[in-house]
Amino acid sequence: MSTDVVDKDRRRFLTAATSVVGAVGVGFVCVPFIESWLPSERAKNAGAPIDANISKLDEGRMLTVEWQSKPVWIVRRSQQTLDNLPKNDDRLRDPHSEVESQQPPYAKNEYRSRKPEFLVLVGICTHLGCSPTYRPDIGPADLGEDWLGGFFCPCHSSTYDMAGRVFQGVPAPLNLLVPKHYYLTDNTIRVGEDGEAA
Amino acid sequence: MKKQILILLLSILPLAVYAEGNVHLEHAPIDTSDMASVQRGAKHFVDYCFSCHSAKYMRFNRIGRDTGMSDAELRENLIFTTNAKGAPTKLGALMTVAMTDDYAKQAFGAAVPDLTLEARARGVDWVYTYLKSFYVDPHRPTGVNNTVFPDVAMPDVLASLQGMQKAMYKTEEHQGIQVESIDHLELEQPGSMTEEEYDAFVADLVNFMSYLSEPVQNERKSLGWKVLLYLAVFFVFAYLLKKEYWKDVH
Amino acid sequence: MGKLIGWIDDRFPLTKMWNEHLAEYYAPKNFNFWYFFGSLALMVLVIQIVSGIFLAMHYKPDADLAFSSVEYIMRDVPYGWLIRYIHSTGATAFFIVVYMHMFRGLMYGSYKKPRELIWLFGMFIYLALMAEAFMGYLLPWGQMSYWGAQVIISLFGAIPVIGDDLTLWIRGDFVISDATLNRFFALHVIALPLVLIFLVVAHILALHEVGSNNPDGVEIKKNKDPVTHIPLDGIPFHPYYTVKDIVGVVVFLFIFSTVMFYFPDGGGYFLEHANFVASNPLKTPVHIAPVWYFTPFYAILRAVPDKLMGVGAMGSAIVLLFFMPWIDRCKVKSIRYRSSIYKVNLTVFAISFVVLGWLAMQPVTSTITMLSRVFSIFYFGFFVVLFITSRNEVTKPVPDRVTE
Repeated sequence: MSTDVVDKDRRRFLTAATSVVGAVGVGFVCVPFIESWLPSERAKNAGAPIDANISKLDEGRMLTVEWQSKPVWIVRRSQQTLDNLPKNDDRLRDPHSEVESQQPPYAKNEYRSRKPEFLVLVGICTHLGCSPTYRPDIGPADLGEDWLGGFFCPCHSSTYDMAGRVFQGVPAPLNLLVPKHYYLTDNTIRVGEDGEAA
Repeated sequence: MKKQILILLLSILPLAVYAEGNVHLEHAPIDTSDMASVQRGAKHFVDYCFSCHSAKYMRFNRIGRDTGMSDAELRENLIFTTNAKGAPTKLGALMTVAMTDDYAKQAFGAAVPDLTLEARARGVDWVYTYLKSFYVDPHRPTGVNNTVFPDVAMPDVLASLQGMQKAMYKTEEHQGIQVESIDHLELEQPGSMTEEEYDAFVADLVNFMSYLSEPVQNERKSLGWKVLLYLAVFFVFAYLLKKEYWKDVH
Repeated sequence: MGKLIGWIDDRFPLTKMWNEHLAEYYAPKNFNFWYFFGSLALMVLVIQIVSGIFLAMHYKPDADLAFSSVEYIMRDVPYGWLIRYIHSTGATAFFIVVYMHMFRGLMYGSYKKPRELIWLFGMFIYLALMAEAFMGYLLPWGQMSYWGAQVIISLFGAIPVIGDDLTLWIRGDFVISDATLNRFFALHVIALPLVLIFLVVAHILALHEVGSNNPDGVEIKKNKDPVTHIPLDGIPFHPYYTVKDIVGVVVFLFIFSTVMFYFPDGGGYFLEHANFVASNPLKTPVHIAPVWYFTPFYAILRAVPDKLMGVGAMGSAIVLLFFMPWIDRCKVKSIRYRSSIYKVNLTVFAISFVVLGWLAMQPVTSTITMLSRVFSIFYFGFFVVLFITSRNEVTKPVPDRVTE
């Protein structure tokens, strides 16, 4: 049986102090476990650039290659398609590619590409990540009279033009991403890396 | 009684290091926190070992990060290869080699082991002594042998630096039979380095291999004392709390 | 907060459980150093489960990928190295803590009536733990993983008639292979942890049903306060032992962290050198020894020159422990009040256990084998001597109340 009076304040203080110190420790212990979910070195280095052969790509057609497990489209555009691009400008969210994150500097132009003829895009909708369909046809029934060719996303109906620029009034907020790329040769595009032609 | 058990447990910890064939191993004079040495060792590794031996669990860019080399310095000093597509090997690539096991077996009689974990599997003293223990042996296809790894299939890659050693034999009697064994090695033909220079070279290389086998070791130790410090502080609070409550108990 | 707890209490026995197992669970007030290891064992179980789950997020249970996935964890996964070392150090810590915990049981007669079932659950936990550790050890797929498993599984081949079929069934293949690895992974990650959790819950429930023993072996429930019915020598587990166990936890974590951050290899005893080489079915490492916590039983196995008899001896070395409540016929529980014969007997047993462990790690020579046989005899001798001498053992008078 205790003959001392219980010092409640001292007890409360010590309990609180120990709890705080303990909680700090628990917090620190959580850090490595949570960080272990971040991308590993392997994931960070997995983005090997790929080379796409465009020698057989006809005008108006699209080639799809895989890079970092994502679809990359290469579209060979006709002169008429290129001439039609400015006609969409006032219906687009970002007609002049002002959002820097969506293309490298060399694609910040009216064609969103290094060479006007070839469009290179990552085929993932900037809304929630579905892969849109290629709709080069002009004025189809389901997309309307003013459709001058572009991309249509089946998930929530976002639309993009033939330079991958997103229309107003659709859920997608940004233009389709133009990945780093360059022409290894006239017939080969290397996707995933910047560089000078060989 | 618990003291007796503790003493017993402690006295059992083995202290000797031995190799196959009971060769005495020299202590490797390395300081694993010396990143300059590790950096030199990385260069030695790439220059002399990396044509045959892979380090396939290690990435180039990690060496750069840990030893303070820029990307450009990495490419200049450590990366001389291209990948299967003909593009220069990426900085983040694993350190693999082109030599296949089949080729190695044909050329050397054995597959060339990957070296990433060698220093952990064999110990740094073993690797250090091994690299200093080649000697001339006309009976072997490579013309050399090694006291630490008898009849090894590896040629004496560092001979131009160390020089060539020869074995000095001794004779002992075992159960009435005269048995000849190697007593020590002597330099027969000098190489481009003095003994001190060569020892320093091997020390750097072994330091790199120690790093290769566990690149995180310095970070581990540095985090360690912080954790111990925290626990020491926590102990004070926990102990005072216990003492306070246990005043109730008589 | 009080209202919330009231809402829960109307639907779930929260406060009832809190009182029954913590705030009004009266434990003897004279717990000493040896009484830390139960809560420490529980903590290590939690540490192993949490670190194990996170390892399983990156580890690949495939013969071609397993070894490199461990290096991937060590190098490429942020803090993967830390989680791996927690798990490997934790495995060793688990056995140190459990052996200390069991030894306490032997010293203070905690296995005696009415605590036989607690002891039995505990022994099953020990068995499950050994299986869990054995299966976990295969997963890195290093040389020691492979060949250690090869040796231990082939022991089952010693069983007459069914032996060969049994080993084939265990392995799922004619040699240790991917099939073996994958099933051991499933057992190690899911089946055995569930079994362990169930057994630990049963172990603690059985303990709380009867009440804890103590270093004097005095039953505190025999002396209760006439009004409150609380044992006079009892104190509520919470707050007194929660607060004391926190100190134990901190000291344990200090030692654990010292090992984990500065000696994770444990000089080759916690992470064996040979296991840094990927498994090679064509080449056996020069010295195969099981991990240190199995070594005493391995020494007994090797001491017997016959394969089946060796397995039998090794098995009975463990099985005999199950029967402690009935082998030890002395009514006095604690070593403090028992005869010198008993004290010497137990000391020799403990020393033999440790020495056998050391012997198992030495290369086989005739001297080592001879010593293994001698100490195996001492080991089994413990049970024989105990059985014979405990019936009419001369004991000291046991006090009515606990001593400090």
